[in-house]
Amino acid sequence: MQTLQRTPLYERHRALGARMVPFAGWEMPVQYAGVIPEHRAVRGEAGVFDVSHMGELEVEGPRAHELLQSLLSNDLDKVEPGGAQYTLLTNERGGIIDDLIAYRLEPGRYLLIVNASNRDGDFLWIKEREIPGSDVRDVSDDYALLAVQGPHSLERLGLRDAPPFTFAMEQLDGIESMVNRTGYTGEVGVELLVPAENAVALWDRVLDRGAVPCGLGARDTLRLEVCFPLHGNDITQDTNALSAGLGWVCVLDKDFTGAEELRHIKAEGPTEKLVPFVMEDGGIPRAGMGIAGSGRVTSGSHSPMLDRGIGMGYVRTEQSEVGTELTIDVRGRDRTARIVKKPIYKREG
Amino acid sequence: MAAEESYPGELRYHREHDWARIDGDEAVLGITWFAQDALGELVHYEPPDEGTTVTKDSSYGEVESVKAVSDVIAPLSGEVIEVNQAVVAAPETVNEDPYGEGWLIRIRLSDPGEADSLLDSDAYREVIAEQ
Repeated sequence: MQTLQRTPLYERHRALGARMVPFAGWEMPVQYAGVIPEHRAVRGEAGVFDVSHMGELEVEGPRAHELLQSLLSNDLDKVEPGGAQYTLLTNERGGIIDDLIAYRLEPGRYLLIVNASNRDGDFLWIKEREIPGSDVRDVSDDYALLAVQGPHSLERLGLRDAPPFTFAMEQLDGIESMVNRTGYTGEVGVELLVPAENAVALWDRVLDRGAVPCGLGARDTLRLEVCFPLHGNDITQDTNALSAGLGWVCVLDKDFTGAEELRHIKAEGPTEKLVPFVMEDGGIPRAGMGIAGSGRVTSGSHSPMLDRGIGMGYVRTEQSEVGTELTIDVRGRDRTARIVKKPIYKREG
Repeated sequence: MAAEESYPGELRYHREHDWARIDGDEAVLGITWFAQDALGELVHYEPPDEGTTVTKDSSYGEVESVKAVSDVIAPLSGEVIEVNQAVVAAPETVNEDPYGEGWLIRIRLSDPGEADSLLDSDAYREVIAEQ
C-alpha cells in the first residue's frame, strides 16, 4: 500500500476536526464543519482551502517560452511577466493531459501550477520534450498553496483589488507570498504560494483574519456550480478541448501538440459536447451515470445554492442545445434534467 | 445544527446502522447517529412508496449527502404505511434529530418475531466501536 502524503498543514486540519480522506495520493481535508456551510461561506464571505497537494513545475531558460508554446494550447505571447494564463497540456490526439495555470515569472521563467494527480505525468511529458536552453523542474515539495476565496476575501486579507490572472510578491502580516489572482470557485479571491516552512504561519494568520476553513468537498461543489471542469472527470486524455467547451484556450493558428487534430475536429464539428444541467426531478446525478442517447455524466452533485442536483456531462452535439431535456439513469430510475447556460449558478444582481 | 451522539435505550438496532422503534405491530424506522455522521449533511432522501413492502436486511431507500449515497437497510419486514414527507422536503432533519423528527418510514410488521434478532443499544455501540 502506498503511503499518503501530507501537506505542511496536516496537524492544523486534524486540530480543527477535519475529516481527512485520500485524494490523488494525499491525505486531505474533505470537510471541517460541513460541505454546505463551507460552500456558503465562500459564496457569502471568505473561505480558505489548503491546496498544497497541487503541483508546481518551474520551466526556465532562454528557450523556455518556445518549449511551452509548443506544448500548451493557449498563446503565451499574450502574457507578460506578472501575468498568468489558463491553458491545456495536450497530447497528439488533441486529448487533455492536464489543465493548468502558467504564471510568467520572468521573460524566460514560468511557474506551472498543475493538478495533484497529474504532477508526475506532466513533469515527465515536458521533461521528455525539453529542448536545449530549457529546463523543467518539479518544485512542488518546496511550496504550500492556500486558496482564499469569497466576496470579502480581499478585504479580510488587507489586499487591494487587482485584475484576474495577474500576480505579485506581497507581504501578508509579515509573510512574503506570491499572491495570485486566480481561483477555482467563481468568486473573487487569491491563491497564495509560500515556501512550505511558512505554510502554518500563513494559515494561522488567514484564519485570524476571519476566513472559514474549507475542504475539498466544498471546493468541488463550488467549481461545479460555475462549470469549471475537473481533470480526470470532465476532461481527460481521451476528451478534446473543443467538445469540452475549452476552444477559447486553444489558439489553433499556433503549432502545439495535437493542434492539427484539433483543427480537424473544429472543421468537422465535435460529435459530442460537455453541457451543464440542472435536475428537474429530485435525485442527485453522479459521475458515471448514463444520459439517454449515449451520453454520460462526468460530474454531479448537490448544489447548495440552488438546493438541487446539478452536473455536467457529454451528450451528442445535436442534443446539446440549452433548454434540452435530458433523462439521467439515477441508479435504475429515469430522472429528468435540463441543459442550462454556463454558469449553473450566478449571483443575482 | 447537528445532533449530539446518542443511541437511545428504547430503540432496537441493526448492524447496518438503522434503528426501529417498535410499538405493537408497527415500527418506525430510521438511521442512527453514527450513519448520519458518516454521511454528513443529507441533501436527498429517496423513500419507498407507501403500500409497498420492505424486507429485513434489504434496502428500502437511499439517503444522500453532498459527497455520497447510501442504501437504507430495513431492520424489520413489513408494509410501508407512512413515509416521513418532512424528511423528503428537508433531508437535513435526519442530521438534526435522527431518532425523532428525522424518522424515515413507519411499517406494519409482517413478522414481529424478527425483532429478537436486533441489537440493543449496548450491543450496537460495540458494533460501531469496531469500525
